[in-house]
Amino acid sequence: MEDVTIQVQGLVARYGEKVVLDGVDLTVKKGELRVILGGSGCGKSTLLKHLIGLLPPSAGSIQLLDVDLATADEPEKQAVLGRIGMLFQGGALLNSMTLHENVALPMEERTHLPTEVIDEMVRMKLAMVGLAEASPLFPPELSGGMRKRAALARAMALDPAVLFCDEPSAGLDPITSAALDELLLSIRDRFGMSMVVVTHELESIRRIADRATMLDKGKVIADGTLAEVEASPHPMVRAFFDRRPEAEGTRSSVWSALGASGGPP
Amino acid sequence: MLSLTGALVREGVLAAEKELATAIAQGGKVEIDLSAVTSIDSAGVALLATYARRLRQDGGSLHLMGARPEVERTLELFPFLEEVPPEVPNRPGWFETMGERGLVAREVALQYLVLCADAAYFTVQGIWQRRGIRWSVVFYEMAMMGSKATGVVGLISFLVGTTITLQSADQLRQFGANIFAVNLIGISMTRELGPLMAAIVVAGRSGSAVAAELGTMMVSEEIDALKTLGLHPTRFLVVPKLLAITITQPLLTILADAAGIFGGFLVCTSYLDIAPGVFFDRLQESLYLKDLMTGLIKSVVFAQLIVTIGAICGLRTRGGADAVGRSTTVAVVAGIFAVIVADAIASLIFYFGA
Ligand SMILES: Nc1ncnc2c1ncn2[C@@H]1O[C@H](COP(=O)(O)OP(=O)(O)OP(=O)(O)O)[C@@H](O)[C@H]1O
Ligand SMILES: [Mg+2]
Repeated sequence: MEDVTIQVQGLVARYGEKVVLDGVDLTVKKGELRVILGGSGCGKSTLLKHLIGLLPPSAGSIQLLDVDLATADEPEKQAVLGRIGMLFQGGALLNSMTLHENVALPMEERTHLPTEVIDEMVRMKLAMVGLAEASPLFPPELSGGMRKRAALARAMALDPAVLFCDEPSAGLDPITSAALDELLLSIRDRFGMSMVVVTHELESIRRIADRATMLDKGKVIADGTLAEVEASPHPMVRAFFDRRPEAEGTRSSVWSALGASGGPP
Repeated sequence: MLSLTGALVREGVLAAEKELATAIAQGGKVEIDLSAVTSIDSAGVALLATYARRLRQDGGSLHLMGARPEVERTLELFPFLEEVPPEVPNRPGWFETMGERGLVAREVALQYLVLCADAAYFTVQGIWQRRGIRWSVVFYEMAMMGSKATGVVGLISFLVGTTITLQSADQLRQFGANIFAVNLIGISMTRELGPLMAAIVVAGRSGSAVAAELGTMMVSEEIDALKTLGLHPTRFLVVPKLLAITITQPLLTILADAAGIFGGFLVCTSYLDIAPGVFFDRLQESLYLKDLMTGLIKSVVFAQLIVTIGAICGLRTRGGADAVGRSTTVAVVAGIFAVIVADAIASLIFYFGA
């Protein structure tokens, strides 16, 4: 089953008592760019962390590159982790190392390439995200968007088979963000890698998504090609694509609760 | 003309590297035939780029030819920097480093004075204003910096008191001056060792805690957020700690004095055959209120030094988690150093003043 990269069945995720994901199913095929949508706090980052095995599922199963990370032994797990890249929402660069060292780190740890070749690879990857000049800087010396791009360079360091991106274009200007989308598409086309991208940018979604999954209240409320998802009548989906605040029904204001017309007599 | 074959990917790069190394050895114009390369990844591309760069340095050039479309597209994907950007900025010379350190020292000194002035101002102002001081925070800090330190301070002072009495007992016995061990332990604990032991423990516990707390807030932009909310960080964070430690440190010092003297008492009564009653009479004769007060005044000064130094180290933190670690270390070292220097100065003042 090499053409299925990620297979999630009935995933339940909890933080203590609080259930964040409640029975999520998700299938990502090889070479597919899957966009995860959903309101803030609905559990998108949590889903990604489960997919890459950082958090163990409370129930359900996750197959990543045909391995169940929850039950795999350590060498098997490391082999899979060596084939994925993750761009964390906050960047998660190591602040005590320069950009160059940050990107070189996974290469040094997981390959036996000569230093000179690694240096060249680092330069290529940093140049791809437009940070060739910034390689001797430390992350705290960068702007938020630059940190994002550097983190993407690190996630791509080893030409992963699966790339996970948590809001890659948040905090970027529209031009850089469009260039980033192009970059994601071109490396996907070149290496046939699968990608799971969390994003809120409508434009970006329209540019990159092959298929999309929308989460709400711990469940998948829409799943399919972008067109299928966009056509869904679910109110949350409509609110998202039509850019309207969701009609929250029963929320009352101070005035409607206590004002002249409302409230108990 | 060198012909590479197979997959030029991460795992196979080492083999190809040998072939490339021999091919470019004689320099000049080297051509590489890629028609038999089935696939390539970024490691393979980087390998070719590395050797092209080496060859160029020696005046030669590298030409790739016959690549399959997929291979060519991958080669097109990755940028090649004509010029390698410098990896590390130039190291400054000795004089420059020293000059810079001097400037930093001046800046720190100024910033420290401003912090102390602000703290003094906000304390006085806070006491007059109705909601000036957040007393609940002060009490919380008193528990953290005072109550929680009692165990360590008591134990260490007890051990120091015992040790000092034991060490001096032999000397005193030779002169038949056993009884002076009481004077010795009483005066040295109250004037010197009690305040010092309490301050060193607190510098290690609370100086570091203050620096770590403020440092973390600094790097996560919380301090900036406080400023935007109209809260002065000194008033909001430093003043409660200063007030708390000003109250707890003398109490800790009294505890240290008592624990040390108790240690001495045990040694005197058991090892030096001094009767308990005699011990206390002698202690009362030899101790003056002035000795105790000197120690307590010093302890307040030490406490203020510890908190303000911890605060300045925290507020000067720039960068990330490692920077917080460094400021914490500096806070402890500088705190203990300042306490000992202040103690030396105080001894001089009291010596010449008396
Ligand atoms: N470490 C944690 N401990 C407890 N609860 C957590 C933790 N991390 C996240 N949560 C909760 O889980 C829920 C989902 O969080 P998550 O970070 O996955 O949201 P998200 O969909 O990525 O949101 P955003 O778009 O704002 O990044 C939130 O309600 C959050 O409060
Ligand atoms: Mg998130």
